[in-house]
Amino acid sequence: MKIILALTLCILASASNAVVDGHKYPFDNNVDKERFEVLAEELRCPKCQNQNLADSNAPVASDLRDKVYELMIEGQSDDEIVGYLVDRYGDFVRYNPPVQKNTFFLWFAPGVMVFIAFIMIISLTRGKKKDVTLSEEEQKKLAKLQAARKQNDSNLQKDRTDSSVETSEKHDS
Amino acid sequence: MNRLMLFIPLAIFAVMAAFLGGGIGREDKDVLPSPLIDKPFPQFILQQVEAEKQLTQTDLQGKPMLVNVWATWCPTCKAEHQFLNTLAAQGVRIIGINYKDDDEEAKVWLRDYGNPYEFNISDPKGKLGLELGVYGAPETFFVDGDGIIRAKHVGDLNQRIWDKYKGVFDKMKTHVEGE
Repeated sequence: MKIILALTLCILASASNAVVDGHKYPFDNNVDKERFEVLAEELRCPKCQNQNLADSNAPVASDLRDKVYELMIEGQSDDEIVGYLVDRYGDFVRYNPPVQKNTFFLWFAPGVMVFIAFIMIISLTRGKKKDVTLSEEEQKKLAKLQAARKQNDSNLQKDRTDSSVETSEKHDS
Repeated sequence: MNRLMLFIPLAIFAVMAAFLGGGIGREDKDVLPSPLIDKPFPQFILQQVEAEKQLTQTDLQGKPMLVNVWATWCPTCKAEHQFLNTLAAQGVRIIGINYKDDDEEAKVWLRDYGNPYEFNISDPKGKLGLELGVYGAPETFFVDGDGIIRAKHVGDLNQRIWDKYKGVFDKMKTHVEGE
């Protein structure tokens, strides 16, 4: 019984230590630990671009992780912590940029493009269904072609019946 | 009309290619815009490197100045040091922040390579650096006489960079007593 209790405590204790790049950030509850892990993943390292604070082992990333931890222990909210870093390092530290004047294009361009594509598909497919009116000359041409085709078809028919007669004759002999 | 519609994607492509193509190589991705421009220099209480003296942000007032973040472990800082000496000789006021460094090593460095700084702020833990959004030494802040940050340069200072910023520096005001 005691062993089970000890093991459970061990597991619980290890669960509330967020470990990032070999550093331990101890928390007394799992909610804060998860908050810390989410923040470390959403915040970007200013030195080594395309890495977040959790992945980067640059000294500045480690400083910022320590600062995030310090502010969390002080009881600041996620927004306050992100705000603290944005005030010093700029919007660049956010992997999730806010909607504002200079990010408008970033946020809405994909939607606008899909909309434009949609309009184009509709207008192009509708164009195909339009009735076609032929000029007099074209109608004459069409009539000629149709007549020629009819002729051709009947010739073919004739050929076919002829050859079938032939084969049947051969069969007879 | 419909024929012309077919060219719309090509037109959009051409516009985007021109727009994106123009951006290639123009923006230095290592240089991030600082949100501290036109903001007061952050508050601090730190020791001076060369003397037993406490410094605060009020020491960064009076004549416009360059605040240079440097360290003995930073090779680029060594590369720019001679240029800082040149600027100091021309009468440009330069203040140092010795960033995440050892005071003793910093003193040896200043003795050996010359000291262009009016004084050096000792920031061994990088706390002031964090307040300033420093992510790689050397970085230089252009601070006017009222202690307002007017510009920031990341990387070494040299004649080419200085020519670029000289206009900004010359425009910065000296603090006037009683204003």
